[in-house]
Amino acid sequence: MAKYFAKRIGMAIVTIFLVTCLTFLLMNAVPGSPWLSEKTPSEATIAALNAKYGLDKPVIVQLGMYLKNLLRGDFGVSLKMQRNREVLSIILEMFPVSAKVGAIALVWAVLVGVPLGCLAAFKRGKLTDSILRVICTLGISTPSFVVASILLVTLAGGIASLKIFPTIFDASAGWRSYVLPCFALGFYPMCYTARQTRSAMLDSLNQEYIKTARAKGLKNGKIIFKHALRNALIPVITYLGPQVAFTLCGGFVVESVFSIPGLGRYFVQSIQNRDYPVIMGTTIFLASFIILMNVVVDLLYKLADPRINLTKGGE
Amino acid sequence: MRKMKKITSLALVSAMAVSMAACGSSDSAETTAATTAAAADTEAAETTAAESAEAAETTDGEYNLAVCLASEPQTIDPALNSAVDGAIMVNHMFEGLIKWADDGEGNAISAPGQAESWEKTVNDDGTVTYVFTLRDGIKWSDGQPVTAGDFEYSWKRLANPETAADYCYMIDMVKGYAEVSTGAADPDTLAVTALDDKTLEIVLTYDCPYFLEIAAFPATFPVRQDMVEGNDEWTYDVNTYIGNGPYKMSEWSHNAYIDVVKNENYYDYENLGPDRIRFTLLDDANAMLAAFNSGELDFIENFPTDEMANYLASGEITIADYLGTYYVCFNTEDEVFSDPRIRKAFSLVIDRNYIVENVSQAGEVPATAYVPSGVNDAEGASGDDFRTVGGEYYSVAKEDYEANCEEARALLAEAGYPNGEGFPTVEYTYNTDDKHKAIAEALQSMWQEELGVTVTLSNQDWNVFLESRKQGDYQIARNGWIADYNDPCSFLDMWYTDGGNNDAQYSNPEYDAQIDAAKATSDPAERMAAFHKAEDILIGQDSVLAPIYFYTQPYMLADDIDGMYYTPLGYFFFGYTSRN
Repeated sequence: MAKYFAKRIGMAIVTIFLVTCLTFLLMNAVPGSPWLSEKTPSEATIAALNAKYGLDKPVIVQLGMYLKNLLRGDFGVSLKMQRNREVLSIILEMFPVSAKVGAIALVWAVLVGVPLGCLAAFKRGKLTDSILRVICTLGISTPSFVVASILLVTLAGGIASLKIFPTIFDASAGWRSYVLPCFALGFYPMCYTARQTRSAMLDSLNQEYIKTARAKGLKNGKIIFKHALRNALIPVITYLGPQVAFTLCGGFVVESVFSIPGLGRYFVQSIQNRDYPVIMGTTIFLASFIILMNVVVDLLYKLADPRINLTKGGE
Repeated sequence: MRKMKKITSLALVSAMAVSMAACGSSDSAETTAATTAAAADTEAAETTAAESAEAAETTDGEYNLAVCLASEPQTIDPALNSAVDGAIMVNHMFEGLIKWADDGEGNAISAPGQAESWEKTVNDDGTVTYVFTLRDGIKWSDGQPVTAGDFEYSWKRLANPETAADYCYMIDMVKGYAEVSTGAADPDTLAVTALDDKTLEIVLTYDCPYFLEIAAFPATFPVRQDMVEGNDEWTYDVNTYIGNGPYKMSEWSHNAYIDVVKNENYYDYENLGPDRIRFTLLDDANAMLAAFNSGELDFIENFPTDEMANYLASGEITIADYLGTYYVCFNTEDEVFSDPRIRKAFSLVIDRNYIVENVSQAGEVPATAYVPSGVNDAEGASGDDFRTVGGEYYSVAKEDYEANCEEARALLAEAGYPNGEGFPTVEYTYNTDDKHKAIAEALQSMWQEELGVTVTLSNQDWNVFLESRKQGDYQIARNGWIADYNDPCSFLDMWYTDGGNNDAQYSNPEYDAQIDAAKATSDPAERMAAFHKAEDILIGQDSVLAPIYFYTQPYMLADDIDGMYYTPLGYFFFGYTSRN
């Protein structure tokens, strides 16, 4: 086990290094510069800015400097989006907001999606199953910005008499601010999870050991939750691992619609703004998070199904 | 391991039980959400509860205003800022030598700010000396006195190339600027001198007619040397973001809001309105509108494009003047568009009324020239504006559209393409955006139908677009320009040969000569005459640009708010408003 982890950590470091280099080179290959705007500053100003932030050096030298600073935990400062502010403090300030909304969204998605999937599998072909199928298909095929916009124009101010929730997200105002964004963000994963669970459950319900359990005279609930579900959870866990990283780092659209001061906008807008250090910082952060979640997923496999051998599977 | 398994399955089962219960009754759903949140961060939950209780207590009887200008500003350092939303915030927290005051009807007029009076002397060598005397008792928000030395420091900081301020050129009329800005001379040689704590002397190389407006421009506002030096992050902390304006920053919650409260050290503290102004930072125009409609915001100035027409028709949106022009820019170095006849033909067949009424739909004014209405002419704010004096270069009356098209077809035939025959396929480039796209499509069909030419559309990412436009790597491109100060120079100076914003790659010695002449003279009438001649060449003779419309500034203000005022440069002032 220890050897396995050492190997995983080593691979993670190599991956992050490659991601860093690749992102750095790619973003410098894209035309444009952080200093361009409708009113272009003078040549002298641009030269001064490039000199100040080290953009006047060859890209490969810049990459070397970036890696060196990165080793010391220095992610640089934002060039544009929050000029001169440290990228690390931007991430550390915005991430918890995104993470909280994302975590609540995923928790409800799983807590509702998994039981609904079980229910659908158990009531296969009946009315309940059909209704659930309609809901889940709807949820999977509706992009989150549509869900978010519909909620915004109905329950959060669009229709005055229906306004139950605040339009502008305010973390200090308590749970009300969280309801709509968490619903919008979690709706797709919930539906996806329910579908995954349903099909995996159907598979395992036909297995021999379930028949054995029934023959033993076990109650339905126990059969489903203790025996069938454990087996059915594997694909769900596989899906949820990377999804956790994406959701916790902020859904750009949902954050924008509900005005959540999260990390999401920095992923998208840093690229539009050519804010190089922010692009690098957010990319490395997300990449590390995804790698971490993959390790967690492997561990969860082991918990859900002890027969899985990580040391062999990891090779 | 076995124990572990048990615990896991127990956790799973209990979690499911909770979720099942949650589905059954809405009451318990609330509790679940609450417990999850609390469990996630008990400490935070406690503090927020305390805070919100406090907030509820203090809002009684206070007048708080919530406005939304845009999302998180890129910077609120007065010298580095180049955006309008940043300028509005800086205007509330800092004050220059001159300030903008209300004329009683909601229009901003310049008035003595930190300087109570000034004297202007024209020297024998053509230079001009301004001596400003500062008000008595002016203080920074931390109580320290504001001195002439603070202004000297800030102006030199703005000119210093190491500061790399976008707007450094705003003070290019100050003696010594040319050498300082290129790094050839020490910033200390800039002719801005504190004669004593109360007296500031500024020497200009020529009699710049809009200099007093520059003295009210945010980039020239004073900043505190002890806060700024060696601390690039000074704007992010309320303890170091010390200003001298009517309001001071009390909290900046990133991507959420910037709160400013009355500055008790401001000389006009007694007359200020809102106890607190909250600049809410939002990304999404739909959210802004919803928040305004639900009463969470008192002011918005951005709208979802498809909602504009309805709100304009119902009179809920107010349209204010704005000094800016949306135009189509031809690459004068392009093989096809180097011919002014072709450029003129392309300009004449644009049905500006159609675009304004059916496409952009924000109450814009069809453009008859490049310099928009509202820009001062020789007599300043009191006389006719530059546009009225200059007249129009083509008619935008609806009944004249057919005649314009006839003329355009004749021009195109003269250029060798009767009915568009043999005309190569050309490309129109715009940056990815719904509104620009809609305008591009309208233009494409007008050019196709009226001239018989094929125009393809190409959209680019904003930054790539800026780069290709700047490099002249396009044939036709959308463009727009907003005035920095109320003078035609702000619009015409940019088309000088090799100018930094000369996207058309235009070069005409006749034009350059008029701009030089305008800059060389101190006589307002002569100066304006030269600018009019320059515009005659730019639009009338060479058709370098095809102006489409003059921008307007739509906004919505809550009915119960009075006393807001505005300049057509886009600055709104909320400090003297009241709620009825």
